[in-house]
Amino acid sequence: MNALEAVMSSPLQTTIATEDSILDIDDVSIFYSGKAAVNNVSFGISKNKITAMIGPSGCGKSTLLRSLNRMNDFIPDLTISGNITYCGQNLYGKAVDAVEVRRRIGMVFQKPNPFPKSIYKNIAWGPIINGFKGPSDELVERSLRQAALWDEVKDRLHESALGLSGGQQQRLCIARALAMEPDILLMDEPCSALDPISTAHIEELLLELKANYTIVIVTHNMQQASRLSDYTAFMELGDLIEFGETNQIFTRPAQHRTEEYVTGRFG
Amino acid sequence: MTHPTQAFIDSSAKHLQRRHRKAKCFQLFCAGVTWLGAALLLVLLYQVSVEGFRWLDWQFISSFPSRFPYKAGIKSALVGTLWLISLIAFISIPVGVATALYLEEFSKKSRLNRLIELNIANLAGVPSIVYGIIGLAVFVRAMDLQRSLVSGALTMSLLILPVIIIASREAIKTVPMSTRHAAFALGATRWQTAWAHVLPASFPGILTGVILALSRAIGETAPLIMIGGLTYVAFLPEGPMDAFTALPIQIYNWVSRPQQEFHQLAAAGIIVLLLVLLMMNALAIVIRHKTEKKLK
Repeated sequence: MNALEAVMSSPLQTTIATEDSILDIDDVSIFYSGKAAVNNVSFGISKNKITAMIGPSGCGKSTLLRSLNRMNDFIPDLTISGNITYCGQNLYGKAVDAVEVRRRIGMVFQKPNPFPKSIYKNIAWGPIINGFKGPSDELVERSLRQAALWDEVKDRLHESALGLSGGQQQRLCIARALAMEPDILLMDEPCSALDPISTAHIEELLLELKANYTIVIVTHNMQQASRLSDYTAFMELGDLIEFGETNQIFTRPAQHRTEEYVTGRFG
Repeated sequence: MTHPTQAFIDSSAKHLQRRHRKAKCFQLFCAGVTWLGAALLLVLLYQVSVEGFRWLDWQFISSFPSRFPYKAGIKSALVGTLWLISLIAFISIPVGVATALYLEEFSKKSRLNRLIELNIANLAGVPSIVYGIIGLAVFVRAMDLQRSLVSGALTMSLLILPVIIIASREAIKTVPMSTRHAAFALGATRWQTAWAHVLPASFPGILTGVILALSRAIGETAPLIMIGGLTYVAFLPEGPMDAFTALPIQIYNWVSRPQQEFHQLAAAGIIVLLLVLLMMNALAIVIRHKTEKKLK
């Protein structure tokens, strides 16, 4: 009994998450031209859960998120140390192809970025270039339904995606990512450019998607993190201050800094 | 002082008037300069039309050059120019666009690449006669391509490649980074991203650059004379290895003759050259408009 209590109240909350962890961040540091943006961060991403990354601007959460599917490869002078393990393989290992990583770990960006093409092509392009040979029509419909966008766009699939509203565009980007059937979906402040109604749409959607997908979301919105996520990582100035179950982080944070941040006393 | 005094209000109103006057003056100046350029062009066009228009008939288009002005025409020059421009487009567009794509999408920022970039910018400013000398030395003599259409087209391609590359790079730069990231995040390779998204989105801009460059090539005379485009051709080129003449060479030749009639023939030739240019530009605008509409 005492031993269990000791485990439960241990500051090493990572042990809870790593049990069914699909992605392990282990002692990761990231540097922009030698300047550290992320310092020795370790935590695990649990399967079929939503993990939120919160913290003030410039704390390194987006940088860390982008390293999870090697989108940071395109930034010159960026170096990364430590291990990010996915399916037992280090994502940055020599034998690992970054293109394959991004195919399996999808991403939705801060600003909606649909291709300047039709709604249909936006969805179908990703699977096709990755060798998908099945019927595109079904795939497009399924993806749009998953992203709760089908009813709004089913009559104009072949019109330009740029004619959609901001919220619709972001759901299209989610549908586009889902069409690849990724293992993990990374979301970099997906609602920051949207109004409250569109935000609510997308939050609802994420809770539904949880059944089939693992989601990591960066957000500036405390309420959003507490509503949506199962686990929360709080970062500040490149350091992971605290990681644990969202409930615990928001009600009984172990660190003083976390408490100050989640209660809105700074940041 | 919580309220401005009456004196301040008066002076600021006066000041405002003065500022508006200044703005108006500058606007008039800019408009004047714009119209001056357009007016000069119109005068030139008028002069040329007056001189050349009555020579412009089917006989002029369909005859070979002759030493009798009334029999002379631009058939071989017009066909030569069309040959030349097709060959130049065939050579310079793939090479230019591929270079731009490499520099913008694939290359690392190494010292060698920076050197290449710098030199491309420099090459755009090299006088055309210098390209003529290079063409003569390399294509005509060293590669033994003779004074053929191919030699001319290769020389002209060298001349306009910097323009095409620079314009294409600018067009490629305008494609937002977020579009590339969207493609990469779906597991696209650099090539798939470039081919499916970057090129189509930058196509209108690339096309504008290409047309400007080709227009320049159509009007260039010096390099062609240098590599030996003939001035009197009484046959039509049948293949890229044949000798040729082109509109600017023919015009230059007529202008340098003493007789008044030949000067008027030159004016008629200029009108034809301008018409070819206009048609090319019109075609480009149509294609551009169509692709831009598709992107929206």
